[in-house]
Amino acid sequence: MPAMIEITNAEKSFTMHLQGGIRLPVVRGVSFDVNAGECVVLSGPSGAGKSSILKMIFGNYRCDGGRIGIRHAGVVIDLAKAEPREVLSVRRATIGYVSQFLRAVPRVATIDVVAEPLIATGTSRDEARGKAGQLLHRLNIPERLWALPPSTFSGGEQQRVNIARGFISDHPILLLDEPTASLDAANREVVVGLVGEKKRAGVAMVAIVHDDVVRRLIADRVVDVTSFAAVA
Amino acid sequence: MADMRSAAQNDQPLLVAEGLGKNYGRIAACRDISFVLYPGEVLAIVGESGSGKSTLLQLLSAQLAPSAGHVSYRMRDGVLRDLASLGEAERRFLFRTDWGFVHQDPAQGLRMAVSAGANVGERLMAVGWDHYGRIRQTASSWLERVEIDTARIDDAPRTYSGGMRQRLQIARNLVTEPRLVFMDEPTGGLDVSVQARLLDLMRNLVSELGLAAVVVTHDLAVARLLSHRVMVMKGGQVIETGLTDQVLDDPHEPYTQLLVSSILPP
Repeated sequence: MPAMIEITNAEKSFTMHLQGGIRLPVVRGVSFDVNAGECVVLSGPSGAGKSSILKMIFGNYRCDGGRIGIRHAGVVIDLAKAEPREVLSVRRATIGYVSQFLRAVPRVATIDVVAEPLIATGTSRDEARGKAGQLLHRLNIPERLWALPPSTFSGGEQQRVNIARGFISDHPILLLDEPTASLDAANREVVVGLVGEKKRAGVAMVAIVHDDVVRRLIADRVVDVTSFAAVA
Repeated sequence: MADMRSAAQNDQPLLVAEGLGKNYGRIAACRDISFVLYPGEVLAIVGESGSGKSTLLQLLSAQLAPSAGHVSYRMRDGVLRDLASLGEAERRFLFRTDWGFVHQDPAQGLRMAVSAGANVGERLMAVGWDHYGRIRQTASSWLERVEIDTARIDDAPRTYSGGMRQRLQIARNLVTEPRLVFMDEPTGGLDVSVQARLLDLMRNLVSELGLAAVVVTHDLAVARLLSHRVMVMKGGQVIETGLTDQVLDDPHEPYTQLLVSSILPP
């Protein structure tokens, strides 16, 4: 199995110019690989930098140093140094990201929020909506809500919409930031099932999961983030 | 083969700015600005008033001659040309067909006293359409696309609300299928609810038509929703640039951090 993600000595800090230029080190020496078909769970206490590492892998946070190797369209691209266009192309075709909170455009119907990533990569609107409907159905979002924008939904419903949007594409890499945080037991089980299907399809995943049961069920390997603590 | 050619074209820059500068007397409104815009890419230029972003937009769209540097544009024949070297006919072609320009004030981009249908149809006639029925049909389908009731096709934009006028201005600009659209504070002056609708509409049109766009805005939420990349301007210079979510979620420069921290939470 080829490594889909190869992270070597990545580091990140924040310089807070509005707070007198304080430098907040976040992580340093981040190094691990993720193979196709495996789910790596990041562990560590709150504030250890787990979400920051996911954002670095997604190209959302810019690294201060190190390398984020991503296998994209047959070659390895260093996302820490990639041009904006390359990062966008990697996100379109290779890396999916399920964030903790849904950031949806006002006024867009739930079914279209979910279908959008597929449409963006060339799937027809009808086919994308069909697949979106199946996922929403599995995640127990009743059909009468599909035409409504998700902004009025409950936290758990929004998170399930977000999961559907993240899982709809066939990206070979998937990043999951607390995908089950506000879900009930039945829906947690659905997510565990979806993660299992992605593994069988050869998707490489990095996840942050606080729920011990879910972690045991999906983790092939645990990477302890405290070992990357950057000391000021 | 056609697909391969268009893929190759997408890999070539559409608009190139090199060392652009504009001085008014001793005041430098823009200094040393360079960037490349690719087909289908949406670039937001953000900064407060007086930062030089509107001057930059005028330089890029050949409405103002630069004091320094060049702007080049890839014409439909695939050749990258310096805007300063274009003849009058070529410039007219760009303004009438290949480019759109959406003004903050729709009254600047529309003819307020003629009908909505004529406002849209006029751009088609300028590129040689002469069949009245087809022009009206196309105008009508564009009104639908921008969510204007086609029963209002014969009314003048004077009688339209602010949000409708702005949507009509967008229809007028897009009817000739331009490859590049310049937008100057496109949602400025509109109610928040109207803004959301307009943003959603513009976002869909830009992605469906594969448009490239340069959007000047002081509203970071507009930049977040519409753009792939952002350039932050201050004092006539670009101080930070990158993917929109990178710059907004992980701003590096003091001024960008100030801008981002000044957004009220929704």
